[in-house]
Amino acid sequence: MNLHARISLGACYLFLATPVARSALEAAMSTHMLLQIPLLAAAGVLLARLLPVARQDALLTACGGALPLVVLALFASSYWMLPRALDAALGDPLTEAAKFISLPLLVGLPLALAWRQLTAIGRGFVWTNFISMLAVLGWLYIAAPVRVCNNYLVDEQGSTGWLMVKLALLLFAGWLGTLFVGGNVAPVAVPASSRDDARQANPA
Amino acid sequence: MKAGRAGLVAGGLVALLGFGVFWSATDGFTAFTAETARRAEILRSPRSLPAVALEDQDGRRFSLQDYRGRLLAVEFIYTRCTTICRSLGMAFRQVRERLPAQALGHEVALLSISFDAARDDPASLKAYGQAFGADGAHWRIARIHSPAEVAPLLAAFGVVVIPDGMGGFEHNAAIHLLGRDGKLTQISDIDQPVEFADRIASSL
Repeated sequence: MNLHARISLGACYLFLATPVARSALEAAMSTHMLLQIPLLAAAGVLLARLLPVARQDALLTACGGALPLVVLALFASSYWMLPRALDAALGDPLTEAAKFISLPLLVGLPLALAWRQLTAIGRGFVWTNFISMLAVLGWLYIAAPVRVCNNYLVDEQGSTGWLMVKLALLLFAGWLGTLFVGGNVAPVAVPASSRDDARQANPA
Repeated sequence: MKAGRAGLVAGGLVALLGFGVFWSATDGFTAFTAETARRAEILRSPRSLPAVALEDQDGRRFSLQDYRGRLLAVEFIYTRCTTICRSLGMAFRQVRERLPAQALGHEVALLSISFDAARDDPASLKAYGQAFGADGAHWRIARIHSPAEVAPLLAAFGVVVIPDGMGGFEHNAAIHLLGRDGKLTQISDIDQPVEFADRIASSL
């Protein structure tokens, strides 16, 4: 059992939830949106990967396959892109709790479970959808004539927008690169995660 | 392909649920920011305000409740402000000029409230008022007398004030209208003072 990894993951998650880490990451719009939220989603991905492979497969089957899980992750991640949701998370402890629970469990975890079954086209869809959402939202933040978040300065909104556009371009370049190099996007028959599976199958 | 069909159905259900959540979270796809949500909510259900002790530019004590029976336009400012409060001051001036002169003071009044209770003394309030042509009677400039009451009043209005890192503040500036019952009934953009004044005039 990868007990150490689980404890570390739990510790990281709890650390993110401490008032110190929260106020540090939520003080700026850019770190709130582009660091805290992705880290919480990543915690969900790791959580899924730390489950035994048989468990992951059983969960995937129980949820009706990859499609509902991808749709769930799309909606849940889009929700936290609403400026209104960010403001609410800062002012309302219940919304903040919902953010900390939903990002790992409704975004990271389902995406990681579905990923094993997704074809190259499915993965491409998830990537391009995410990248374009990031770019469009970034552009909106740059072009918005008004402050979209009451809790963040208007200058910060513009700089966060540029960061999002740059990040989207970087991710797109990276994704395009893997298409041609053929590294991460594996053909249908051999999921990329099979290497991890092999490692997990041998108890250390 | 029973599993595939189940996946489709589950995916459809998740999508339906997701749309439902988005619909309710954005007031039917109309309010994506906390500010639009605040305005929509006030229109739906006017809000009672706390009886906070205010002090005007001449040191006179009063409260919002003293204006019952009249309409009251309220804006939030701090006198050292050089950016948005200038627009606010100008907007208020336009509202005052647009309102029927005989109604001013009797049926409708204007009030600028400073949230910088620590630094805005009556003298700086007076200077601010003079800069924008406030008469100190029909249009008063006030501060919240007790610093401890600033936060509750701002919260009741839904105004969020954050430091701008340069000694000033940024806030969701707007023109607020209190009805004859003393409740916050309408919130308007500061770049539409004429429309705001016309709406008041038509309800006199």
